[in-house]
Amino acid sequence: MLKSRALVPLGLCFAIALPGCSGGGGGQSDKVQITNVSYDPTRELYEAINPAFAAYWKKKTGKDVTFRMSHGGSGKQSRAIIDGLDADVATLALAYDIDAIADRAKLLPTDWQKALPDNSSPYTSTIVFLVRKGNPKGIRDWADLVKPGVEVITPNPKTSGGARWNFLAAWAYGRKAGGSDKAAEDYVRSLFTHVPVLDSGARGATTTFVERGIGDVLIAWENEALLAEKKLGAGKFEVVAPSISILAEPPVAVVAKNAQKHRTEDVSKAYLEYLYSPEAQVAIARNFYRPSDPTIAEQFKATFPQIPMVTIDKDFGGWRAAQKTFFDDGGVFDRISAKK
Amino acid sequence: MTASSAAGARRRWRQPSVLPGFGLTFGLSLGWLTLIVLIPLATIFLKSAGMGWDQFVAVGLSDRALAAYRLSFGTAAAAGLVNALFGLLVAWVLVRYTFPGQKIIGAIVDLPFALPTAVAGIALTALYSPNGWVGRFLDPLGIKVAFTPIGITVALVFIGLPFVVRSVEPVLADLGNDVEEAAATLGATRLQTFSRVIFPAIAPALLTGFALAFARGVGEYGSVIFISGNMPGRTEIAPLLIVTQLEQYNYDGATAIATVMMLVSFAILLALNVVQAAGRHRYGA
Amino acid sequence: MRRSTTESRALQIILIAVALLFLAFFLALPLVAVFGEALKAGFGPFLDAVTAPDALSAIKLTLLIAAISVPLNVVFGVAASWAITKFKFPGKSLLISLIDLPFSVSPVVSGLIFVLLFGANGWFGTWLAEHDLKIIFAVPGIVLATVFITFPFVARELIPLMMEQGKDEEEAAISLGATGWQTFRHVTLPNIRWGLLYGVLLCNARAMGEFGAVSVVSGHIRGETNTMPLHVEILYNEYDFVGAFAVASLLAGLALVTLVAKTVLEWRFNLHGSARH
Repeated sequence: MLKSRALVPLGLCFAIALPGCSGGGGGQSDKVQITNVSYDPTRELYEAINPAFAAYWKKKTGKDVTFRMSHGGSGKQSRAIIDGLDADVATLALAYDIDAIADRAKLLPTDWQKALPDNSSPYTSTIVFLVRKGNPKGIRDWADLVKPGVEVITPNPKTSGGARWNFLAAWAYGRKAGGSDKAAEDYVRSLFTHVPVLDSGARGATTTFVERGIGDVLIAWENEALLAEKKLGAGKFEVVAPSISILAEPPVAVVAKNAQKHRTEDVSKAYLEYLYSPEAQVAIARNFYRPSDPTIAEQFKATFPQIPMVTIDKDFGGWRAAQKTFFDDGGVFDRISAKK
Repeated sequence: MTASSAAGARRRWRQPSVLPGFGLTFGLSLGWLTLIVLIPLATIFLKSAGMGWDQFVAVGLSDRALAAYRLSFGTAAAAGLVNALFGLLVAWVLVRYTFPGQKIIGAIVDLPFALPTAVAGIALTALYSPNGWVGRFLDPLGIKVAFTPIGITVALVFIGLPFVVRSVEPVLADLGNDVEEAAATLGATRLQTFSRVIFPAIAPALLTGFALAFARGVGEYGSVIFISGNMPGRTEIAPLLIVTQLEQYNYDGATAIATVMMLVSFAILLALNVVQAAGRHRYGA
Repeated sequence: MRRSTTESRALQIILIAVALLFLAFFLALPLVAVFGEALKAGFGPFLDAVTAPDALSAIKLTLLIAAISVPLNVVFGVAASWAITKFKFPGKSLLISLIDLPFSVSPVVSGLIFVLLFGANGWFGTWLAEHDLKIIFAVPGIVLATVFITFPFVARELIPLMMEQGKDEEEAAISLGATGWQTFRHVTLPNIRWGLLYGVLLCNARAMGEFGAVSVVSGHIRGETNTMPLHVEILYNEYDFVGAFAVASLLAGLALVTLVAKTVLEWRFNLHGSARH
């Protein structure tokens, strides 16, 4: 059909494209593959942990385990699992995103968070400030963020899981300082008038602050702030710990139905349990997450300052309630951003 | 052209023609169109039809959504106009004149298609942010591009330019010299020749290019998201609202906004195509 | 007489200058920024980034996707343009608008559509799961989204051109006894050759560069369902800016290569004297 010489160019275009055709993964019985669907900042962490677990599993059972990793925004990843991305384990930014998988797709029990210690969070983090070298605007605490002339960078809580932790940490400060939810709302409203750009994701916000040079302070995950301070722009930034913050718990869970289907229940469960082992906990601390193991946490005390923290369950009634009150349509965030 | 439209043939759906292949090509087009475009798109409409009018209005026509539509359609129209003007100029220069580096310039025009939109967004933000290559010169003048509607327009100009150039170029190249010569022989000035002879001939293609650039701009997400500030009510584009709805696992809300956007874009495209058909009729092409 | 069918050289130069200035600002500068960022750390890191296993598998996948989706849309585009430009029938404007429809759909939505159809909770989700077929978060889903996005390109390029050319030549050929296929091959195709080629190039470029829609249906599994644009985003989100721009510049380079190929072919065809009019 493509005989005409006028169509030769077509052939040429596709000739470039021919060496495509790649094969999928093979499936021998002593080989097992697990799919870990995670959020953006965990790439380096799992790159460190996966080979270690593979060696551990080989020694224990004689089987080879390989990994398929998927990284993206937490909410988007959660949606992908609901819509059929065959994750064996989900390691996301907040419990709400795994709740959604349990509620909407029923791929795991609703009490999944009780399956593993520490609310199924082998690593935690918190929300801190990143400021420019020398802290030119003298930012010490949340109150300094709403001073005239201070520009604050934080992502959009509607589209970013990390930004929701930021928002709730700010709320916790406002409530403590003013003594009421009304005061908290006033503080947060005032805070968002200082935000010039709402990036759609936490990493985008970091880039805006670090690469574009916009804003005086970035509200960020502690692990991201430390990464920026130590690696991304070494010597150009400082981390500031506020007087109050929130315990951010990025949870992990076996997506039971998928693991069942792939016959990977044992290895998936062992994989997540391995995250609590001393080796994994050290890797976690090295990647700037707070380890849940107290002895390892003690070792890395210098990296992680003591900050008084509220928790999502005690102070906000859990993620399902917090999402509804603050971030769903018509919630607090919509209210404060509408009146401008 | 071929005035084969006998009054009696009006009763038939298609006017008779000596050319073969209507059944095959029409069937093939319609079949593929149905399979790839119409059936999938029907899911969007059915989904939003299933959600009830009140809910549809609450999400799809909320104040916030209306502000986002205004922004998206406004910036897309502005960018489309800029592109129609400069795209025509670029196409004209490429087809009619010779100058060094012409081939390279011709090649570069397609780059917005090839560059992933996210990369375009990142690159444009790097250029136009207050510390960027261009932004640092504009900032002292009080001109802010990145994170304002101007930035969105700049991104959409980038995204849409090839639509106009590539629509106009082949038609312009195909336009023989004979009509222009005839016009000149009859004493027309160059400007008259352009406005009376050349422009009408390329107007349909120009309109097509504008419409395509516009429609593409309305829905554009990847490049705009970096350079718009995403502030609700001010620099929040409509596609971002769709993502926001999805983030709440609200597929219904997302499809409601998508439906409104599609209906408006489609109405505009249809209107332009009808105007074009009428124009063709008048000029007897 | 000759003078009045073109502009004075001075006006030409002004027009060329304005056009070039516009292109420099809106096209060349972003392009320079991409290449500049890609090579900021030198050639070594650039090479490392584009030869990393994940990058290579992304390149392969992108080429495969383009190789499947472009031919499909070429066949459609030619058929649709023939039907639309060579015949008169009511509803033609509607048909053209329907072909344009994918342009007016936000890429985010284009991906969403296929999730609604083939996702686990979609219309065909249960059926697909029962038969163990994967569309979403696998290659077929990416192909579908790409075909949808690039659907109008070829047809859109050909319709104005064939409209402009009319159908006299074809009618003459038919009345001289040529078959439909012969007419198409020897009359229509030479006339629309360059338009068709443009359409293919655009379709191909867009198929390779599509981000939004593919992002929704890909699943982002490293080394498996990441296309080049998705890989760019991932690298960017890992703060590997050099790597991100390196892969991006590869995409831009790929487009340049196809365009150079086009230019070369154009030159060769002209040399062999296949006159266009």
